[in-house]
Amino acid sequence: MTAEFDVAVIGGGLVGAALAWGIAREHQRVVVLDEGDVAHRASRANFALIWVQSKGLGMPDYAAWTKRSSDAWQGLAQELKQTTGIDVAFSRPGGFTLALSEAELESRARLLQRLHNQPNMVRYPYEMLDRDALLKVLPQIGPEVVGASYCPLDGQCNSLRLLYALHVGMRQLGAEYRANHVVHAIDYHNGVFFLRNSSTAVRAEKVVLAAGIGNARLAPMVGLKAPVRPQRGQVVVTERVEKFLDHPLVTIRQTDEGTVMLGDSQEEVGLDDSVGLGVASAIAGRAVRMFPLLNSLNVVRTWAGLRVMTQDGFPIYDESSSRPGAFLATCHSGVTLAAVHALVVAPMIAAGSLVADLDVFSARRFDVQTAA
Amino acid sequence: MFRRLPDAAVTLVTIAVDGLAVSARAGETVAAALLAAGFGAFRTTPASGSSRGPYCMMGVCFDCLVAVDGVGSRQACLVQVREGMRIETQRGRRPVGP
Repeated sequence: MTAEFDVAVIGGGLVGAALAWGIAREHQRVVVLDEGDVAHRASRANFALIWVQSKGLGMPDYAAWTKRSSDAWQGLAQELKQTTGIDVAFSRPGGFTLALSEAELESRARLLQRLHNQPNMVRYPYEMLDRDALLKVLPQIGPEVVGASYCPLDGQCNSLRLLYALHVGMRQLGAEYRANHVVHAIDYHNGVFFLRNSSTAVRAEKVVLAAGIGNARLAPMVGLKAPVRPQRGQVVVTERVEKFLDHPLVTIRQTDEGTVMLGDSQEEVGLDDSVGLGVASAIAGRAVRMFPLLNSLNVVRTWAGLRVMTQDGFPIYDESSSRPGAFLATCHSGVTLAAVHALVVAPMIAAGSLVADLDVFSARRFDVQTAA
Repeated sequence: MFRRLPDAAVTLVTIAVDGLAVSARAGETVAAALLAAGFGAFRTTPASGSSRGPYCMMGVCFDCLVAVDGVGSRQACLVQVREGMRIETQRGRRPVGP
């Protein structure tokens, strides 16, 4: 039987939608199979940072990849605005990581120094600011803030509108979206993938696994592996208030709509996506020490999301050697990396193979090395 | 629109609403005092700018939000009036901070 689609993307979150949009933009017939609300939906729970500073210690290629996405983001936002009319509220005013003690500030400085001292580290500006320098940019900081790291490449967006824009955009480009379509099995015959659930089989020449945590289950079906685990992050959000903060901080940002988001915990609790007062209080407590004026705001909602983490924290991009045409993409920074997914990875998949630059991100890096 | 029930023994207090002196009864809530004084809409929303006023009068709907003595977004139906209290109605997003 012949294929109905050039490419089937499994997963309709930010990774899947960015890839599907980018592949459809290359004039391929695309179908997106999305599991439904039983899925863990990291794309609906994230913090919406487009974050560069501090990423890539242990893998300088990831720092370069992140910077490349940050540099491409303006173009993605503009194209989505022009084609869909949806403003994803992209801004890149530079971001801060505040320190509440001299020890925190020193540890931050050492971390960034180690990051930037790596061989083959991509060059970009960042600086450490003391309290006086920081007060000139963020006059509302509390008395305990001793300084911060700053990187002009850091930015933010409205990630729910990003997801919406990618979905509207991919459909404009002819992609078909099927909600509540779980994939139970993937068979491969004569160059065609059969993506089966209990009632139907979708036939496609290529398949892209972009199912977040679900990739761990799907990857072996096409001869790949995706050793990913959930890592919980809790977010606290306040009522909408007048603009007071233009810059994103790694744990505090004000959205274009006026709410203040406070985050983000890193908890190893499996698939438990519940929220708890203990962690939320700790998040709010640190935020108020950073910006005492937050103290009077009403919290309107808290939630938890499950990041898709690999053991080294870096993304996986792979293609199958036993099932040519099967690809896999997984990461915990679906917002930051949306631009390279849509504009760099998607055209490679449309053309039929990932270029050698991406070899470093293969899950083969997790294979146990043979002792000499 | 709203009239108070007759009450023989009342103590009156004066509060300021958007700078105007308003007479209220000790023991009643800010929301009751404002409704009795003829305020229908207490605020406009930060999302669409449409008008909002008390709906549930029991702390559930969060539609009666006003600034009380400089603290924004307090539930008027849960705060009792006090002599000299300053109330500001809110327009859209409230300022951050005290």
